[in-house]
Amino acid sequence: MVPVDYYIILSAILFTIGVLGVLIRRNALIIFMSIELMLNAANLAIVAFSSVIQSFSGQIFVFFVIAVAAAEVAVGLALIVEIFKSKHSIDVDQMSSLKG
Amino acid sequence: MHLSETVNTGFLFLAPWLVFFPVIGLLINIIFGHRFSERVIGMVASLASGAAFVVSVLLAWSVSASHGEVMRWRLAEWIHIGGLELDWTFRVDSLSTTMMLVVSGVGTLIHIYAIGYMHEDVRFKNDVGRFRRFFVFLNLFIAAMMILVSGDSYLMLFVGWEGVGLCSFLLIGFWYEMDTLARSSWANSNAAKKAFIANRVGDFGFLIAGFIMFWAFGSFQFDDVFAKVHEVPEGVIVAITLFMLVGVAGKSAQIPLYVWLPDAMAGPTPVSALIHAATMVTAGVYLVTRSAPLYSSVHEAQNIVAMVGALTALFAATIAVGQYDIKKVLAYSTISQLGFMVAAVGMGAYVAGMFHLITHAFFKALLFLSAGSVILGLERGHHHAEHAHHTGKQKFKKGKHGQNKSEVHEEHHEDEHHEVFDPGDMRNMGGLRKTMPVTFWLYMIGTLALAGIFPFAGFWSKDEILLDASLHNQAVYWLLTVAAFFTAFYMGRQIWMVFFGGHRHEAAAHAEESPKVITIPLMVLAGLSVLGGALNLPFEGYHNLGHWLEYTLHEVESLPLNLGVAGISTGLALIAILISWFIYGRNPIQKGQKDPLTALGFVFAGMEKKWLVDELYQAIIITPFAKLSEFLANKVDWEIWHDFVHERIIAGTYNWLSNVGLNENVDQKWIDGLANKLGTATQWLSANLRKVQNGFVRSYALSVLLGVVLIVGYLILK
Repeated sequence: MVPVDYYIILSAILFTIGVLGVLIRRNALIIFMSIELMLNAANLAIVAFSSVIQSFSGQIFVFFVIAVAAAEVAVGLALIVEIFKSKHSIDVDQMSSLKG
Repeated sequence: MHLSETVNTGFLFLAPWLVFFPVIGLLINIIFGHRFSERVIGMVASLASGAAFVVSVLLAWSVSASHGEVMRWRLAEWIHIGGLELDWTFRVDSLSTTMMLVVSGVGTLIHIYAIGYMHEDVRFKNDVGRFRRFFVFLNLFIAAMMILVSGDSYLMLFVGWEGVGLCSFLLIGFWYEMDTLARSSWANSNAAKKAFIANRVGDFGFLIAGFIMFWAFGSFQFDDVFAKVHEVPEGVIVAITLFMLVGVAGKSAQIPLYVWLPDAMAGPTPVSALIHAATMVTAGVYLVTRSAPLYSSVHEAQNIVAMVGALTALFAATIAVGQYDIKKVLAYSTISQLGFMVAAVGMGAYVAGMFHLITHAFFKALLFLSAGSVILGLERGHHHAEHAHHTGKQKFKKGKHGQNKSEVHEEHHEDEHHEVFDPGDMRNMGGLRKTMPVTFWLYMIGTLALAGIFPFAGFWSKDEILLDASLHNQAVYWLLTVAAFFTAFYMGRQIWMVFFGGHRHEAAAHAEESPKVITIPLMVLAGLSVLGGALNLPFEGYHNLGHWLEYTLHEVESLPLNLGVAGISTGLALIAILISWFIYGRNPIQKGQKDPLTALGFVFAGMEKKWLVDELYQAIIITPFAKLSEFLANKVDWEIWHDFVHERIIAGTYNWLSNVGLNENVDQKWIDGLANKLGTATQWLSANLRKVQNGFVRSYALSVLLGVVLIVGYLILK
């Protein structure tokens, strides 16, 4: 059996990639994908721990996360489409109307 | 308090209507009077007063039917505080009904007379609208006087006392914006104020007497007080009676407060007759009579009262000799006659005092109203003469004579070209016997009654006073006898000057007799002046008034006629009239001629100048008082109190404290500083914080990340 440490390390690597993607990239779609990456990193960690403590609750939790992520994608993509329609770009740096 | 069932109370339930009737009358005239004609206004007022007279008669009948029972009618609860239980109770006994009859009887006649008098007066003075006001005041006076005489306690009496004082003030100042000759001035208002203030001095005495009375007796109710007279130390009674005497001196115009009464002649003549001769001024005499149990228990106070009365009687009689104004002579005569009454009640001769009060009300009202008739006659004559004078130029006005507008015009015309005509000045009269015969005979009757000639009313009442004085107090007797001599003299002088001799003025030559509405009430009064003596003849079985008042006063002495006393006074009166004929009648004074008595030098000058009493009061009281009030106002109040204490100390300190202390230091430095610092700090903070809001989503995400890292790091490392 694969030790749980490996899952955690993988999860951490995936999460870090996601964070870096969100922070560095300017394309909204890429940022979105990075968020998904972070969510899935978290899911992986939860499922790993769930198997360690021999409980289903973690897995049920993950289902919810996946469902919420799907909904989020639907909303997020719709937003991106609308933003593209008005600005003809999905560069997040262009969306700075809240600048103080 | 409550009557037993057996006593027949008769018409007692009508007692409150003594006051209600005049009040209803005045309310009708106030509310609806603007729609009424003068005749209706006068009728309403006269009927209200007449109804009060009818009530008085019925009440007197009830008292008589119950053999002098003191009856009370409780109208309403008034003052119930602690031990004091005072109700609004009407007291009906022989004394109060006597006063009610005089007040409402003479009052009604004067109301009727006033319809005629004011009709002309408001036209001579050119303000027809004031006719209604006069009758409202007159009814108010009757109501107040009724409260005064029918009250069952000193406090209720005081309410009426103040009420009649107010009416007196209102009526003296009736033509408040002019003087007696209708020239624009404040003379009449000043006369009204003088009367009011002199009366206030008297009222102050009355109030002090009331306070002492309440302190000593614990009650104001007449019978409660009288029942305890012998339980209270004599000194207290002396104090009460003497303070009460101050009130009497104010209201009944005795030395030293009489000075207001001559000036009160500024009021219309019916007022002079009703208020300042017949009724209101006798309130003091009534008060002393009502307080008989108090006065009778302290002889020192009685002697003082009698001396004040006797001195006033003589003093005022001498002044009357030197007056030229027909009403001023009568005014001083009134003071003098009030002196007789006060002297009488002071000696304990209450019946004689009340008797003279009644007869004096008749003949002095008669004299005043006749004098009013003379004045009106002269005014008519004056207008007639003026008219004749102007007809050549102003024929078109002839038809309008009597209408206001043309009269206004004429009045102004006169003022421009002639000196003002004084219709009250006896030097403008003379010979009116022929032009005003009815008034002459009426005046003659009044004069004979006042001079005390047999068998007129004044003879009986004055002789009764003199007889009492001769038995009780020789000094008072001689003072009053000399005063009676002067009385006959000044009345003789007046008769010769006014009605005999030649006309000294065009107006006297054209004087016209007064209409019936004026002369008929005078005839009634003349009849009373002739027959009034029958009320109390000094013969066995004829002391009617004495027996009547005995019900209330209990101790009444009924003296038989003393031919010596009566002979001396009548003889002196006849001699005085004879002397006056020698001086004024034999050689009537001519136009512009000085009074023959000026030969007496300073004596006559003193009489003419009223012995300079007004000037004396001016010098010793009014001027120092004015100086004191000026000093208090300018120096104490303004300079010390206002300028120094308020302005300098209080306002200055406050200003310094608020300006320098609180404003500059606390407010501007600290509170403003704090607020400003807070503002700049917020500005600086926001200027820096806005840099964080750079609009880049990624930087926000980085902040979130760092935040999460910090929190998670803290949770892990904790």
